[in-house]
Amino acid sequence: MGRKLLLEKAHVEGIRTYDVYRREGGYASVEKALKNMSPDQVTEEVKKSGLRGRGGAGFPTGMKWSFLAKPEGVPRYLVCNADESEPGTFKDRYLMEFIPHLLIEGLIVASYALGSSRTYIYIRGEYAWIPDILEQAIAEANANGWLGKNILGTGFDCQIYVQRGAGAYICGEETALIESLEGKRGNPRIKPPFPAVKGLWDCPTVVNNVETLAAVVPIINLGGEEYVKIGVGKSTGTKLISACGNINKPGVYEIDMTISVEEFIYSDEYCGGVPNGKKLKACIPGGSSVPILPANLLFKTAKGDTRMMNYESLSDGGFATGTMMGSGGFIVLDEDQCVVRHTLTLARFYRHESCGQCSPCREGTGWMEKILKNIEYGKGKMSDIDLLWDIQRKIEGNTICPLGDAAAWPVAAAIRHFRDEFEWHVLNPVESQQRNFGLAHYADPRPVPATA
Amino acid sequence: MVFTEDKLKKVQEIIARYPDGKQKSALIPVLHLAQEEFGGWLSAEAMDYVASLLSIEPIEVYEVATFYSMYNLKPVGRYLFEVCQTGPCMLNGSDQIIDYIKEKLGIGVGETTSDGLFTLKTVECLGACGYAPMMQLGKHFREHLTREKVDQIIEECRSRATSMN
Repeated sequence: MGRKLLLEKAHVEGIRTYDVYRREGGYASVEKALKNMSPDQVTEEVKKSGLRGRGGAGFPTGMKWSFLAKPEGVPRYLVCNADESEPGTFKDRYLMEFIPHLLIEGLIVASYALGSSRTYIYIRGEYAWIPDILEQAIAEANANGWLGKNILGTGFDCQIYVQRGAGAYICGEETALIESLEGKRGNPRIKPPFPAVKGLWDCPTVVNNVETLAAVVPIINLGGEEYVKIGVGKSTGTKLISACGNINKPGVYEIDMTISVEEFIYSDEYCGGVPNGKKLKACIPGGSSVPILPANLLFKTAKGDTRMMNYESLSDGGFATGTMMGSGGFIVLDEDQCVVRHTLTLARFYRHESCGQCSPCREGTGWMEKILKNIEYGKGKMSDIDLLWDIQRKIEGNTICPLGDAAAWPVAAAIRHFRDEFEWHVLNPVESQQRNFGLAHYADPRPVPATA
Repeated sequence: MVFTEDKLKKVQEIIARYPDGKQKSALIPVLHLAQEEFGGWLSAEAMDYVASLLSIEPIEVYEVATFYSMYNLKPVGRYLFEVCQTGPCMLNGSDQIIDYIKEKLGIGVGETTSDGLFTLKTVECLGACGYAPMMQLGKHFREHLTREKVDQIIEECRSRATSMN
């Protein structure tokens, strides 16, 4: 059983309420930070912890904080990114629903470190019931002196507000999120200037993911050096993984990044294997935009090492034979799934979510969807596969924000690893409408366990 | 077309969350309020009203209302079924659920039943991938959908509508 830092108390009866949360040791990190540490010491501790952004990019959080400009007389803002929208990802929702005070606690400590007196939680509009839960927790924190004026007599003022979005994946990109919070369309901004210099209302701003901010709590409680010891290498601490697709036990799991991908899928502590005795075909381990891997490359890297559930091991081999940790949205495909159809749904998603600012993304995502639709419905040509490859290459790296890359990668990886399945669709336009391609040379390298 | 006193108070509360002069930030939350208040969709009149409340130009409201997928720019049925069809839901049979709802209600995607009760919409990933297939119905998610569950949900909506009339 791996160590849990975030969800350890998530199932304590009544943990959503302040009294129970406090009784279980909640808000200790606020006391420690505000009474015994300077804001810079808090940032230093987060740097030492090696915490990497949990939204998907994996950028070191302490470093991001240290970039925040601090001009005299200009307000600074902390914004919590709760616009969780990457297909396969539902971990932040879980954290906010079950243990909302953990996020509020982390936000107070982070606001203190950054000097933010007005802190916003930007939550995706579809999570329409969660703002009530968060606002309840904020009201309780206010009533107990953890928010408001002169918190714990330190002279630090802070208030947290919840802002609901209205349906736009792109608002998970930090500059689009800022635009949206200003009451505009979610069009990403050109960087530089970075939000750390010019963010919300042109003021210095830090945008961090929900899980990242929650992780600040154990970092302050344990100390950065202790946090580093949990995990491995540059994958420090714990990570929430939201597992879905064809598995026996979908849900949110906290892992300490020292377990193998194989154990994560087959162990009863986590996903519990593939249902109905079926074989594993492929997996997208970090949210829909990261490369899909066939089963053989999922369990072992190209060098033959066991692939582990951490940042370095998942990306071992680069995009040729590896993938990414991303947001931790872990999507499993069994032997009966069609990679072409699955890729089509993702292409449709990115076409739908493109903000339309940059032509490679606006046009390219639509073309990819159309071509994939033709292939999936038996109207594809062999040259379409190369055309798809060509389009995705022309999107990647040619857009203001990473949505272009996010749209290109799933298509590229599907062709890279499953080209024969695309070709089979083209060559068998009638048969491909009646059955799926199934497994091929990339079949599960493991026998199906007898009990599965 | 005006808000009730309660709603107007709520608008003032929202504006107070931002620094002075940044009331445009209230636009997205206030559009949610307007959609709730004015029959589940945003007419040009509703959008103009929101612009006047926030002292911004109507075009600033249209720009935003047309960008975000949760705002309905046409009337919708009393119960809006928003069924997710993205990868993880598709792996768990969302295509079959969408087909079943179409058959059961006798409407296509984007259409409303003749009694004005139901509208079917397909949406992209709502963050319930582990509890697929799913749909959003009002404020909440309905998860682990099966044909039986769809039947129950439709019944539930019908009886709620009857008791309200």
